[in-house]
Amino acid sequence: MEIPKSFLGYKRENGRAGTRNHVIILPVDDISNACAEAVANNIKGTIALPHSYGRLQFGADLELHFRTMIGTGKNPNVAAVIVIGIEPKWTKRIVDAISSTGKPVEGFSIEGVGDIDTIAKVSKKAQEFSMWASEKQREECPMSDLWISVKCGESDTTSGLASNPTVGNLMDKLEPLGVHLCFGETSELTGAETVCEKRGKTPEAQAKFKKTWNDYNDFILKEATDDLSESQPTAGNIAGGLTTIEEKAFGNFQKIGGCQFIDVLEPAEEPTKGAGLYFMDTSSAAAECVTLQAAGGFNLHLFPTGQGNIIGNPIEPVIKLTANPLTAKTMSEHIDVDVSRILSREMNLSQAGDKLIKSTIRVANGRLTCAEALGHKEFVMTKLYRSA
Amino acid sequence: MSNTDIIIHDEKDNVGVVVIEKITPDQECNCWIMENDKSVSIQSKDEIPLGHKIAMIDLNEGDTILKYGHDIGKVVKNIKKGEHVHVHNVKTKKW
Repeated sequence: MEIPKSFLGYKRENGRAGTRNHVIILPVDDISNACAEAVANNIKGTIALPHSYGRLQFGADLELHFRTMIGTGKNPNVAAVIVIGIEPKWTKRIVDAISSTGKPVEGFSIEGVGDIDTIAKVSKKAQEFSMWASEKQREECPMSDLWISVKCGESDTTSGLASNPTVGNLMDKLEPLGVHLCFGETSELTGAETVCEKRGKTPEAQAKFKKTWNDYNDFILKEATDDLSESQPTAGNIAGGLTTIEEKAFGNFQKIGGCQFIDVLEPAEEPTKGAGLYFMDTSSAAAECVTLQAAGGFNLHLFPTGQGNIIGNPIEPVIKLTANPLTAKTMSEHIDVDVSRILSREMNLSQAGDKLIKSTIRVANGRLTCAEALGHKEFVMTKLYRSA
Repeated sequence: MSNTDIIIHDEKDNVGVVVIEKITPDQECNCWIMENDKSVSIQSKDEIPLGHKIAMIDLNEGDTILKYGHDIGKVVKNIKKGEHVHVHNVKTKKW
Protein backbone atom coordinates (compact mmCIF):
# COMPACT_ATOMS: atom_id res chain seq x y z
CA MET A 1 0.00 0.00 0.00
CA GLU A 2 1.18 3.50 -0.75
CA ILE A 3 1.31 5.45 2.51
CA PRO A 4 -0.83 8.62 2.42
CA LYS A 5 1.21 11.80 2.48
CA SER A 6 -1.31 14.04 4.22
CA PHE A 7 -4.37 14.28 6.43
CA LEU A 8 -6.96 16.96 7.11
CA GLY A 9 -6.19 18.80 10.32
CA TYR A 10 -6.69 22.13 12.06
CA LYS A 11 -3.67 24.38 11.62
CA ARG A 12 -2.76 26.26 14.78
CA GLU A 13 -1.13 29.62 15.37
CA ASN A 14 2.21 28.06 16.38
CA GLY A 15 2.56 25.86 13.29
CA ARG A 16 1.32 22.63 14.85
CA ALA A 17 -1.83 20.89 13.60
CA GLY A 18 -4.69 19.30 15.50
CA THR A 19 -6.82 16.28 14.69
CA ARG A 20 -9.58 17.78 16.86
CA ASN A 21 -10.89 21.26 17.56
CA HIS A 22 -11.81 21.32 21.24
CA VAL A 23 -12.55 24.35 23.40
CA ILE A 24 -11.61 23.23 26.90
CA ILE A 25 -12.57 24.51 30.34
CA LEU A 26 -9.57 23.58 32.46
CA PRO A 27 -9.84 23.66 36.25
CA VAL A 28 -6.52 24.38 37.99
CA ASP A 29 -7.63 22.47 41.08
CA ASP A 30 -10.21 20.02 42.41
CA ILE A 31 -12.45 22.68 43.95
CA SER A 32 -12.83 24.50 40.62
CA ASN A 33 -14.32 21.42 38.94
CA ALA A 34 -17.91 22.42 39.74
CA CYS A 35 -17.50 25.78 38.09
CA ALA A 36 -15.79 24.31 35.02
CA GLU A 37 -18.48 21.68 34.60
CA ALA A 38 -21.27 24.25 34.97
CA VAL A 39 -19.72 26.38 32.20
CA ALA A 40 -19.30 23.39 29.90
CA ASN A 41 -22.92 22.51 30.57
CA ASN A 42 -24.05 26.05 29.68
CA ILE A 43 -22.01 26.50 26.54
CA LYS A 44 -22.24 23.93 23.74
CA GLY A 45 -19.05 23.02 21.95
CA THR A 46 -16.96 23.21 25.12
CA ILE A 47 -15.65 20.43 27.32
CA ALA A 48 -14.66 20.52 31.00
CA LEU A 49 -11.65 18.54 32.19
CA PRO A 50 -12.33 17.85 35.88
CA HIS A 51 -9.62 16.12 37.93
CA SER A 52 -8.73 15.45 41.57
CA TYR A 53 -5.69 17.58 42.41
CA GLY A 54 -3.99 20.96 42.29
CA ARG A 55 -3.94 22.03 45.94
CA LEU A 56 -0.93 22.10 48.29
CA GLN A 57 1.29 20.19 45.92
CA PHE A 58 4.98 21.05 46.02
CA GLY A 59 8.35 20.31 44.44
CA ALA A 60 8.55 17.93 41.48
CA ASP A 61 4.93 16.89 42.03
CA LEU A 62 3.72 20.49 41.63
CA GLU A 63 5.92 20.98 38.57
CA LEU A 64 4.36 17.89 37.01
CA HIS A 65 0.90 19.28 37.79
CA PHE A 66 1.73 22.52 35.99
CA ARG A 67 3.36 20.69 33.09
CA THR A 68 0.25 18.55 32.64
CA MET A 69 -2.15 21.51 32.84
CA ILE A 70 -0.07 23.67 30.50
CA GLY A 71 0.66 20.85 28.04
CA THR A 72 -3.02 19.96 27.85
CA GLY A 73 -3.87 23.55 27.01
CA LYS A 74 -1.06 23.80 24.45
CA ASN A 75 -2.04 20.56 22.66
CA PRO A 76 -2.95 21.38 19.03
CA ASN A 77 -6.19 19.40 19.37
CA VAL A 78 -7.33 22.30 21.55
CA ALA A 79 -8.46 25.46 19.73
CA ALA A 80 -9.00 27.68 22.76
CA VAL A 81 -8.73 27.39 26.53
CA ILE A 82 -10.45 28.75 29.61
CA VAL A 83 -8.56 28.22 32.86
CA ILE A 84 -10.42 28.42 36.17
CA GLY A 85 -8.68 28.25 39.56
CA ILE A 86 -9.54 29.18 43.09
CA GLU A 87 -6.58 31.60 43.32
CA PRO A 88 -5.26 33.97 40.63
CA LYS A 89 -1.51 33.20 40.84
CA TRP A 90 -1.39 29.57 39.71
CA THR A 91 -4.19 30.29 37.23
CA LYS A 92 -2.12 33.06 35.65
CA ARG A 93 0.97 30.87 35.44
CA ILE A 94 -0.96 28.32 33.38
CA VAL A 95 -2.65 30.95 31.20
CA ASP A 96 0.66 32.69 30.44
CA ALA A 97 2.36 29.44 29.42
CA ILE A 98 -0.51 28.36 27.16
CA SER A 99 -0.64 31.80 25.52
CA SER A 100 2.87 31.18 24.11
CA THR A 101 1.14 29.07 21.43
CA GLY A 102 -0.82 32.13 20.25
CA LYS A 103 -4.19 30.41 20.78
CA PRO A 104 -7.02 32.20 22.62
CA VAL A 105 -6.75 31.59 26.37
CA GLU A 106 -8.31 33.35 29.33
CA GLY A 107 -8.05 32.75 33.09
CA PHE A 108 -10.55 33.31 35.90
CA SER A 109 -10.29 32.88 39.65
CA ILE A 110 -13.17 32.14 41.98
CA GLU A 111 -11.94 33.60 45.27
CA GLY A 112 -13.79 36.83 46.22
CA VAL A 113 -16.37 36.25 43.45
CA GLY A 114 -18.02 32.90 44.14
CA ASP A 115 -19.14 30.17 41.78
CA ILE A 116 -22.32 31.77 40.41
CA ASP A 117 -20.86 35.06 39.20
CA THR A 118 -17.74 33.26 37.96
CA ILE A 119 -19.88 30.84 35.97
CA ALA A 120 -21.76 33.76 34.39
CA LYS A 121 -18.56 35.61 33.50
CA VAL A 122 -16.74 32.53 32.21
CA SER A 123 -19.76 31.39 30.22
CA LYS A 124 -19.73 34.60 28.20
CA LYS A 125 -16.07 34.11 27.29
CA ALA A 126 -16.61 30.40 26.62
CA GLN A 127 -19.46 31.20 24.24
CA GLU A 128 -17.20 33.59 22.35
CA PHE A 129 -14.43 30.95 22.11
CA SER A 130 -16.83 28.18 21.10
CA MET A 131 -18.39 30.20 18.29
CA TRP A 132 -14.95 31.37 17.14
CA ALA A 133 -13.60 27.81 17.06
CA SER A 134 -16.66 26.52 15.21
CA GLU A 135 -15.57 28.39 12.10
CA LYS A 136 -12.17 26.70 11.94
CA GLN A 137 -11.82 24.50 8.85
CA ARG A 138 -9.73 21.40 8.30
CA GLU A 139 -6.86 21.86 5.86
CA GLU A 140 -4.43 19.51 4.21
CA CYS A 141 -1.50 18.85 6.58
CA PRO A 142 1.62 16.78 5.96
CA MET A 143 1.93 13.46 7.81
CA SER A 144 4.73 15.04 9.84
CA ASP A 145 2.01 17.03 11.64
CA LEU A 146 0.89 13.78 13.21
CA TRP A 147 2.25 13.17 16.69
CA ILE A 148 1.26 9.62 17.59
CA SER A 149 1.47 8.18 21.09
CA VAL A 150 1.02 4.49 21.92
CA LYS A 151 0.17 2.52 25.02
CA CYS A 152 -1.39 -0.93 25.40
CA GLY A 153 -3.79 -2.15 28.06
CA GLU A 154 -5.62 -5.22 29.34
CA SER A 155 -2.96 -7.02 27.37
CA ASP A 156 -2.86 -10.73 26.77
CA THR A 157 -0.66 -12.94 24.67
CA THR A 158 -2.51 -11.87 21.49
CA SER A 159 -1.17 -8.34 22.16
CA GLY A 160 2.43 -9.52 21.89
CA LEU A 161 1.65 -11.82 18.97
CA ALA A 162 -0.29 -9.44 16.78
CA SER A 163 -1.85 -6.14 17.93
CA ASN A 164 1.36 -4.65 19.38
CA PRO A 165 3.45 -5.75 16.35
CA THR A 166 0.76 -4.11 14.15
CA VAL A 167 1.46 -0.81 15.91
CA GLY A 168 5.18 -1.51 15.46
CA ASN A 169 4.61 -2.03 11.74
CA LEU A 170 2.82 1.34 11.55
CA MET A 171 5.74 2.99 13.36
CA ASP A 172 8.23 1.46 10.93
CA LYS A 173 6.20 2.82 8.01
CA LEU A 174 5.43 6.30 9.42
CA GLU A 175 8.74 7.14 11.09
CA PRO A 176 10.43 7.93 7.73
CA LEU A 177 7.66 10.49 7.02
CA GLY A 178 8.76 12.64 9.95
CA VAL A 179 6.02 11.64 12.39
CA HIS A 180 6.64 12.20 16.11
CA LEU A 181 6.10 8.93 18.02
CA CYS A 182 5.96 8.21 21.75
CA PHE A 183 5.85 5.12 23.93
CA GLY A 184 5.93 4.97 27.73
CA GLU A 185 5.02 2.54 30.53
CA THR A 186 8.22 2.38 32.54
CA SER A 187 6.97 -0.45 34.80
CA GLU A 188 5.83 -2.60 31.90
CA LEU A 189 9.28 -2.71 30.36
CA THR A 190 10.53 -4.60 33.42
CA GLY A 191 12.22 -7.74 32.17
CA ALA A 192 12.89 -6.16 28.77
CA GLU A 193 14.68 -3.11 30.18
CA THR A 194 18.15 -4.00 28.93
CA VAL A 195 16.85 -4.87 25.45
CA CYS A 196 14.90 -1.59 25.42
CA GLU A 197 17.90 0.41 26.60
CA LYS A 198 19.85 -0.78 23.53
CA ARG A 199 17.17 0.78 21.31
CA GLY A 200 18.35 4.22 22.33
CA LYS A 201 19.76 5.92 19.24
CA THR A 202 22.60 7.61 21.13
CA PRO A 203 24.63 6.73 24.24
CA GLU A 204 22.94 9.73 25.93
CA ALA A 205 19.45 8.40 25.17
CA GLN A 206 20.48 4.94 26.41
CA ALA A 207 21.94 6.32 29.64
CA LYS A 208 18.86 8.45 30.25
CA PHE A 209 16.60 5.42 29.80
CA LYS A 210 18.72 3.33 32.13
CA LYS A 211 18.56 5.97 34.86
CA THR A 212 14.80 6.41 34.43
CA TRP A 213 14.15 2.67 34.72
CA ASN A 214 16.56 2.25 37.67
CA ASP A 215 14.93 5.15 39.53
CA TYR A 216 11.57 3.54 38.98
CA ASN A 217 12.80 0.14 40.14
CA ASP A 218 14.35 1.66 43.28
CA PHE A 219 11.01 3.30 44.03
CA ILE A 220 9.18 -0.03 43.64
CA LEU A 221 11.67 -1.81 45.90
CA LYS A 222 11.23 0.93 48.53
CA GLU A 223 7.42 1.17 48.44
CA ALA A 224 6.35 -2.38 47.67
CA THR A 225 5.15 -4.35 50.69
CA ASP A 226 5.42 -7.67 48.91
CA ASP A 227 6.04 -7.46 45.18
CA LEU A 228 4.03 -6.31 42.21
CA SER A 229 2.68 -9.74 41.41
CA GLU A 230 -0.86 -8.60 42.31
CA SER A 231 -0.81 -5.78 39.79
CA GLN A 232 1.87 -6.76 37.27
CA PRO A 233 0.61 -8.78 35.47
CA THR A 234 -3.00 -7.85 36.33
CA ALA A 235 -5.73 -10.44 36.90
CA GLY A 236 -6.97 -9.59 33.40
CA ASN A 237 -3.53 -10.20 31.91
CA ILE A 238 -3.30 -13.56 33.68
CA ALA A 239 -6.77 -14.60 32.48
CA GLY A 240 -5.51 -13.80 28.99
CA GLY A 241 -2.54 -16.13 29.38
CA LEU A 242 0.25 -13.74 30.40
CA THR A 243 2.27 -15.34 33.20
CA THR A 244 5.04 -12.93 34.20
CA ILE A 245 5.99 -9.25 33.93
CA GLU A 246 8.88 -10.24 31.66
CA GLU A 247 6.48 -11.88 29.20
CA LYS A 248 4.25 -8.81 29.33
CA ALA A 249 7.23 -6.52 28.80
CA PHE A 250 8.51 -8.28 25.69
CA GLY A 251 4.96 -8.19 24.29
CA ASN A 252 4.65 -4.50 25.14
CA PHE A 253 7.98 -3.75 23.51
CA GLN A 254 6.67 -5.00 20.12
CA LYS A 255 4.82 -1.69 19.76
CA ILE A 256 7.91 0.22 18.66
CA GLY A 257 8.71 -2.10 15.76
CA GLY A 258 12.29 -1.62 14.67
CA CYS A 259 12.46 2.06 15.69
CA GLN A 260 15.10 3.59 17.95
CA PHE A 261 14.20 6.27 20.51
CA ILE A 262 16.01 9.58 20.24
CA ASP A 263 15.30 10.93 23.72
CA VAL A 264 13.70 10.16 27.07
CA LEU A 265 11.01 12.57 28.24
CA GLU A 266 9.87 13.46 31.73
CA PRO A 267 6.16 12.79 32.29
CA ALA A 268 4.13 15.33 30.23
CA GLU A 269 7.31 16.84 28.73
CA GLU A 270 7.12 18.13 25.19
CA PRO A 271 9.71 16.62 22.82
CA THR A 272 12.21 19.07 21.37
CA LYS A 273 14.61 16.96 19.32
CA GLY A 274 12.52 16.79 16.15
CA ALA A 275 10.66 13.94 14.51
CA GLY A 276 11.18 10.35 15.58
CA LEU A 277 10.45 8.06 18.50
CA TYR A 278 10.54 9.21 22.14
CA PHE A 279 10.24 7.28 25.38
CA MET A 280 8.22 9.05 28.09
CA ASP A 281 8.54 8.05 31.73
CA THR A 282 4.92 7.21 32.59
CA SER A 283 2.84 4.98 34.76
CA SER A 284 1.42 1.96 32.97
CA ALA A 285 -2.09 2.83 34.14
CA ALA A 286 -3.88 3.64 30.88
CA ALA A 287 -5.63 6.92 31.69
CA GLU A 288 -2.60 8.38 33.49
CA CYS A 289 -0.28 7.46 30.64
CA VAL A 290 -2.47 8.85 27.84
CA THR A 291 -3.13 12.05 29.81
CA LEU A 292 0.65 12.59 30.12
CA GLN A 293 1.27 11.85 26.44
CA ALA A 294 -1.50 14.25 25.39
CA ALA A 295 0.09 16.88 27.64
CA GLY A 296 3.38 16.20 25.83
CA GLY A 297 1.67 17.41 22.66
CA PHE A 298 0.65 14.14 20.98
CA ASN A 299 -2.48 14.49 18.87
CA LEU A 300 -3.53 10.89 18.16
CA HIS A 301 -3.23 7.73 20.22
CA LEU A 302 -3.03 4.04 19.28
CA PHE A 303 -4.12 1.60 21.96
CA PRO A 304 -3.76 -2.16 21.38
CA THR A 305 -5.75 -4.30 23.80
CA GLY A 306 -6.12 -8.02 24.38
CA GLN A 307 -8.86 -8.60 26.94
CA GLY A 308 -10.57 -5.27 26.18
CA ASN A 309 -9.51 -1.98 27.80
CA ILE A 310 -12.11 0.75 27.17
CA ILE A 311 -10.14 3.96 27.82
CA GLY A 312 -10.54 7.29 26.04
CA ASN A 313 -9.15 10.79 26.51
CA PRO A 314 -10.94 14.15 26.33
CA ILE A 315 -8.58 15.80 23.84
CA GLU A 316 -6.51 13.05 22.18
CA PRO A 317 -8.54 10.53 20.15
CA VAL A 318 -7.73 6.96 21.19
CA ILE A 319 -7.90 4.28 18.48
CA LYS A 320 -8.26 0.78 19.86
CA LEU A 321 -7.16 -2.36 18.12
CA THR A 322 -7.26 -5.97 19.16
CA ALA A 323 -6.05 -9.30 17.82
CA ASN A 324 -8.12 -11.30 20.27
CA PRO A 325 -11.04 -12.71 18.27
CA LEU A 326 -13.20 -13.13 21.39
CA THR A 327 -12.69 -9.50 22.44
CA ALA A 328 -13.36 -8.31 18.89
CA LYS A 329 -16.69 -10.14 19.09
CA THR A 330 -17.81 -9.52 22.67
CA MET A 331 -16.64 -5.88 22.94
CA SER A 332 -17.04 -4.76 19.34
CA GLU A 333 -18.33 -1.29 20.28
CA HIS A 334 -14.89 -0.53 21.79
CA ILE A 335 -12.73 -1.87 18.98
CA ASP A 336 -11.84 0.44 16.08
CA VAL A 337 -9.53 -1.98 14.28
CA ASP A 338 -9.81 -5.78 14.38
CA VAL A 339 -6.55 -7.54 13.47
CA SER A 340 -7.52 -10.97 14.81
CA ARG A 341 -7.12 -12.47 11.36
CA ILE A 342 -3.36 -12.35 11.96
CA LEU A 343 -3.82 -15.23 14.40
CA SER A 344 -5.66 -17.35 11.85
CA ARG A 345 -2.95 -16.33 9.35
CA GLU A 346 -5.52 -14.87 6.96
CA MET A 347 -3.77 -11.50 7.29
CA ASN A 348 -0.05 -10.75 7.62
CA LEU A 349 1.55 -8.08 9.77
CA SER A 350 2.15 -5.68 6.92
CA GLN A 351 -1.49 -5.89 5.84
CA ALA A 352 -2.54 -5.27 9.44
CA GLY A 353 -0.18 -2.27 9.65
CA ASP A 354 -1.73 -0.86 6.46
CA LYS A 355 -5.22 -1.36 7.87
CA LEU A 356 -4.20 0.54 11.02
CA ILE A 357 -2.65 3.36 8.97
CA LYS A 358 -5.92 3.75 7.04
CA SER A 359 -7.91 3.96 10.28
CA THR A 360 -5.38 6.39 11.72
CA ILE A 361 -5.81 8.76 8.78
CA ARG A 362 -9.60 8.52 8.95
CA VAL A 363 -9.56 9.38 12.64
CA ALA A 364 -7.01 12.15 12.07
CA ASN A 365 -9.43 13.51 9.43
CA GLY A 366 -12.23 13.61 11.96
CA ARG A 367 -13.90 10.19 12.16
CA LEU A 368 -14.92 9.59 15.79
CA THR A 369 -13.18 6.77 17.60
CA CYS A 370 -15.25 4.20 19.49
CA ALA A 371 -14.12 5.79 22.75
CA GLU A 372 -15.22 9.25 21.58
CA ALA A 373 -18.60 7.96 20.41
CA LEU A 374 -19.07 6.21 23.77
CA GLY A 375 -18.14 9.35 25.70
CA HIS A 376 -14.86 8.18 27.27
CA LYS A 377 -13.03 11.27 28.54
CA GLU A 378 -10.61 9.95 31.16
CA PHE A 379 -8.38 12.83 32.28
CA VAL A 380 -6.20 11.58 35.11
CA MET A 381 -3.36 13.52 36.66
CA THR A 382 -0.25 11.62 37.74
CA LYS A 383 0.67 12.37 41.34
CA LEU A 384 4.22 11.68 42.49
CA TYR A 385 3.65 11.89 46.28
CA ARG A 386 1.22 13.24 48.88
CA SER A 387 0.47 16.93 49.13
CA ALA A 388 1.68 19.22 51.91
CA MET B 1 -2.25 -24.40 4.54
CA SER B 2 -3.65 -26.36 7.48
CA ASN B 3 -5.19 -24.40 10.34
CA THR B 4 -2.76 -23.04 12.88
CA ASP B 5 -3.57 -23.97 16.48
CA ILE B 6 -0.43 -22.64 18.14
CA ILE B 7 1.97 -19.81 17.28
CA ILE B 8 5.60 -19.77 18.44
CA HIS B 9 7.41 -16.42 18.25
CA ASP B 10 11.03 -17.50 17.95
CA GLU B 11 12.80 -20.70 16.99
CA LYS B 12 14.53 -20.75 20.41
CA ASP B 13 11.24 -20.58 22.35
CA ASN B 14 10.23 -23.54 24.55
CA VAL B 15 6.59 -22.45 24.74
CA GLY B 16 3.90 -21.71 22.14
CA VAL B 17 0.63 -19.74 22.36
CA VAL B 18 -2.79 -21.25 21.63
CA VAL B 19 -4.54 -19.14 18.99
CA ILE B 20 -7.81 -21.05 18.64
CA GLU B 21 -10.64 -20.91 21.21
CA LYS B 22 -9.13 -23.85 23.09
CA ILE B 23 -7.20 -27.03 22.53
CA THR B 24 -8.31 -30.25 24.19
CA PRO B 25 -6.22 -33.04 25.77
CA ASP B 26 -4.56 -35.39 23.27
CA GLN B 27 -5.22 -33.01 20.39
CA GLU B 28 -2.70 -33.13 17.55
CA CYS B 29 -1.88 -29.43 17.12
CA ASN B 30 -0.32 -27.55 14.21
CA CYS B 31 2.27 -25.00 15.32
CA TRP B 32 3.67 -22.15 13.26
CA ILE B 33 7.03 -20.59 14.12
CA MET B 34 6.83 -16.92 13.14
CA GLU B 35 10.57 -16.27 13.03
CA ASN B 36 11.43 -18.82 10.33
CA ASP B 37 7.95 -19.62 8.95
CA LYS B 38 8.41 -23.33 9.79
CA SER B 39 5.67 -25.65 10.97
CA VAL B 40 5.87 -28.31 13.67
CA SER B 41 3.26 -30.38 15.45
CA ILE B 42 2.68 -31.31 19.09
CA GLN B 43 0.24 -33.45 21.03
CA SER B 44 -1.42 -31.59 23.90
CA LYS B 45 -1.82 -33.10 27.37
CA ASP B 46 -4.18 -30.50 28.86
CA GLU B 47 -7.12 -28.37 27.85
CA ILE B 48 -5.56 -24.96 27.11
CA PRO B 49 -7.61 -21.83 26.30
CA LEU B 50 -6.93 -19.13 23.70
CA GLY B 51 -3.87 -17.05 24.53
CA HIS B 52 -2.42 -19.51 27.04
CA LYS B 53 0.89 -21.31 26.62
CA ILE B 54 1.83 -24.92 25.94
CA ALA B 55 5.23 -26.49 26.74
CA MET B 56 7.02 -27.51 23.55
CA ILE B 57 9.53 -29.70 25.48
CA ASP B 58 9.81 -31.28 28.95
CA LEU B 59 10.85 -28.60 31.45
CA ASN B 60 12.33 -29.09 34.90
CA GLU B 61 12.12 -26.93 38.02
CA GLY B 62 14.64 -24.10 37.68
CA ASP B 63 14.61 -24.09 33.86
CA THR B 64 14.16 -20.80 32.04
CA ILE B 65 11.09 -20.17 29.89
CA LEU B 66 12.01 -18.64 26.54
CA LYS B 67 9.49 -16.60 24.55
CA TYR B 68 10.30 -13.96 21.91
CA GLY B 69 13.71 -15.66 22.19
CA HIS B 70 14.06 -14.07 25.65
CA ASP B 71 13.94 -15.13 29.31
CA ILE B 72 10.41 -14.56 30.62
CA GLY B 73 10.67 -16.45 33.96
CA LYS B 74 11.56 -19.68 35.72
CA VAL B 75 9.89 -23.07 36.04
CA VAL B 76 8.79 -23.73 39.65
CA LYS B 77 7.16 -27.14 39.06
CA ASN B 78 8.17 -29.74 36.48
CA ILE B 79 6.25 -29.42 33.21
CA LYS B 80 5.81 -32.17 30.60
CA LYS B 81 5.81 -31.48 26.88
CA GLY B 82 2.23 -30.61 25.84
CA GLU B 83 1.15 -29.34 29.26
CA HIS B 84 -0.32 -25.94 30.14
CA VAL B 85 2.34 -23.39 31.16
CA HIS B 86 1.09 -20.59 33.42
CA VAL B 87 1.20 -19.04 36.91
CA HIS B 88 0.87 -22.49 38.58
CA ASN B 89 4.23 -23.66 37.24
CA VAL B 90 6.15 -20.54 36.16
CA LYS B 91 7.19 -17.44 38.14
CA THR B 92 8.91 -14.16 37.37
CA LYS B 93 12.63 -13.79 38.10
CA LYS B 94 12.00 -10.14 39.09
CA TRP B 95 10.77 -8.90 42.47
